[in-house]
Amino acid sequence: MASKISTFKPFSSRIFTVFALFIALTARISAQDHNEHHEATVVNDSIGAVDSMAVTTAAPMDAAASHHEAKEEAVDITKVAFEHILDSHSWHLWGEGHDAVAIPLPVIVKGDNGFTFFMSSAFHHDVHGMNVVEVNGDRFVNFEEKIYLASEVANEHGQFLTFNQEGEVANAAALDLSITKNVTQMFISVIVLVLLFSSIAKSYKSHGVTSAPRGKQSFFEPLIVFVRDDIAKGNIGPKYEKFVPYLLTVFFMILINNVFGLIPIGANLTGNIAFTLVLSVCTLIITNINGNGAYWHHILLPPAPKWLYPILIPIEVVGIFTKPFALMIRLFANITAGHIIVISLVGLIFVFKTIYISPVSVAFALFIDVLECLVAFLQAYIFTMLTALFIGSAVAEHHHEEAHGHTAEHH
Amino acid sequence: MTGSIAAIGAGLAVIGAGIGIGQIGGHAMDAIARQPEATSKIQTAMIIAAALVEGVALFGVVVALMSK
Repeated sequence: MASKISTFKPFSSRIFTVFALFIALTARISAQDHNEHHEATVVNDSIGAVDSMAVTTAAPMDAAASHHEAKEEAVDITKVAFEHILDSHSWHLWGEGHDAVAIPLPVIVKGDNGFTFFMSSAFHHDVHGMNVVEVNGDRFVNFEEKIYLASEVANEHGQFLTFNQEGEVANAAALDLSITKNVTQMFISVIVLVLLFSSIAKSYKSHGVTSAPRGKQSFFEPLIVFVRDDIAKGNIGPKYEKFVPYLLTVFFMILINNVFGLIPIGANLTGNIAFTLVLSVCTLIITNINGNGAYWHHILLPPAPKWLYPILIPIEVVGIFTKPFALMIRLFANITAGHIIVISLVGLIFVFKTIYISPVSVAFALFIDVLECLVAFLQAYIFTMLTALFIGSAVAEHHHEEAHGHTAEHH
Repeated sequence: MTGSIAAIGAGLAVIGAGIGIGQIGGHAMDAIARQPEATSKIQTAMIIAAALVEGVALFGVVVALMSK
């Protein structure tokens, strides 16, 4: 215990020193760099393009901006960060603009002439609506990873799109059922999980549960037992067995996708709100289908004076939906925020345009990445545990109901 | 201008989370000082509670991001 504390203290003070140094550096460099960086960003925004090609070709048009062009253009970190965390039609590996290396993925869109299929490489890495793909008599453009039906002629920026007064795209959006990066990631995760768990299940079948676990089993058995005993049995109560398969599925699906998201070229699936929405809708359905009389009684006839019913019943009914909604936002926000922090720390190198900031940002990015490994497990655990808690409050007998109902409401 | 208001919103969310996580950490320290043999159990509960508080703070941050 004593040794633990004594090693902890110097470490934390060292972290503090690095942090103080970081703040001091940030303040100094941003003071120097602030003016030109700010103006350059404005130029970037007004042109409406992030591509360095677009900036260099468009900048001479603007006389005021031309002297900035001699210097390097500022990198818009917000844009880069969102490119990394959002879904896309191709699996980007490295490189920028036309030098980018990406794995093409199938695009399945519905135009005026029905569904068409082509590979995303047909867009040639274009996300500004400049490259028209003509298939089956339909013309498509990719604008910020959304596929629109292209206009007949290009506008003044070379985009085959028309914009309304608010700057929104006025073209019709194509119905998009593409196998995007996130969908591909989900297929990969599913294949990995199926291979992993069928081989583990097979070894239980051949060796039985009496022998010691071996190989992959020794890593996964404690996790499975943890989900069954600590999460399911602890929160659901005696009727837990029916829900263990769902809880295990949710736990390992979130865990594997969190871990895949941490790999530099991996897709950010659990940071996609559609994915977490589906998971939380599953929880919503399972909770309410299995809700017993006591659960519905608590919602529709709460144990309170009758004159409070007009207030209480709507609150309880909304509560059915807010609990899974909170699950959805929690997972999405935690993973997305973690990825934004990592990309922002790495992006400091490009914002300050100096190599001397890189040790600081690499050290911090590594620190956050290690923290994210913890968060990957923690969020999988919290999602599963809260799901178990909600199910527990729905299936509990009446005398348990009070305690479970109230703990669930606090989350 | 909306950008700066969103930043204030994110800042307020972070203040709440800071108070919350500070309370959790402080009380966990107290608990560990009282019962050092329960350290691992307290740490687990502490991390879970901290993650829940952090989740609430991130709601605020997401709203701030969206309103931009």
